[in-house]
Amino acid sequence: MSDALVFHFDVDGENFTSAGQASTAVKRNLRQLGLPPEIIRRVSIAMYEGEINMVIHANGGDADVIVHEDCIEIILADKGPGIKDISLAMQEGYSTAPDNIRSLGFGAGMGLPNMKRYTDSMNIETELGVGTTITMKVNLT
Amino acid sequence: MTVEGLLEHGFSPVAMPDGSRTIDGVYIGDLLSWVMGRAQMDNAWITIMSNNNVIAVASLADTSCVILAEGVELSQDLKDLAMAKDINVLSSPKSAYEIAVTLSGLLA
Repeated sequence: MSDALVFHFDVDGENFTSAGQASTAVKRNLRQLGLPPEIIRRVSIAMYEGEINMVIHANGGDADVIVHEDCIEIILADKGPGIKDISLAMQEGYSTAPDNIRSLGFGAGMGLPNMKRYTDSMNIETELGVGTTITMKVNLT
Repeated sequence: MTVEGLLEHGFSPVAMPDGSRTIDGVYIGDLLSWVMGRAQMDNAWITIMSNNNVIAVASLADTSCVILAEGVELSQDLKDLAMAKDINVLSSPKSAYEIAVTLSGLLA
């Protein structure tokens, strides 16, 4: 079995308008690997939503994308405030984003639901005051 | 229907790096996560938003073009970004509804 391919990104928490650089880079890398467009679309949207969340709520974090033989794994880890109520956060339309974020077109309460929608599995580990790690997988087969 | 085909129907080019892309549907929305959750690949995306996140979302959602409604304009920086990211952007003085009606006729 060959080694998995890993892409690592530091998500800059200060720079909201440039958010999306990691997911755009991932999209380009996956395209170069010749993966199907719909797989690339699902991975890059799920990752962008996570990236935006890390910028809005957690002052940035680390993003890793691992290309396995049978799936693509996305691991987003931050040292933010944690998610108080995951089931509430998973509800479409629920948001704790501030108003200035909404004026940019975000904060609709669709981030986590979209991440779940576009991935085959999603796991959230969160601790208040410590941080959140979200692991998502998109199957290749 | 291709993106460049729209130029004959009252739409103005803002950035058109790939005018040969096909339009096979339409999505209207300004909340970016709704667009990412609901727009389909190769849709024309009608919006009044014009910040750089629009270019990122159009790229990630793989829409065939962004159509700026109500005469919304893009800064030169964002036009350059759209060209660099291979994102087609058109504009129209019409409302999102009127644009959708036009596209409905063209895509029928």
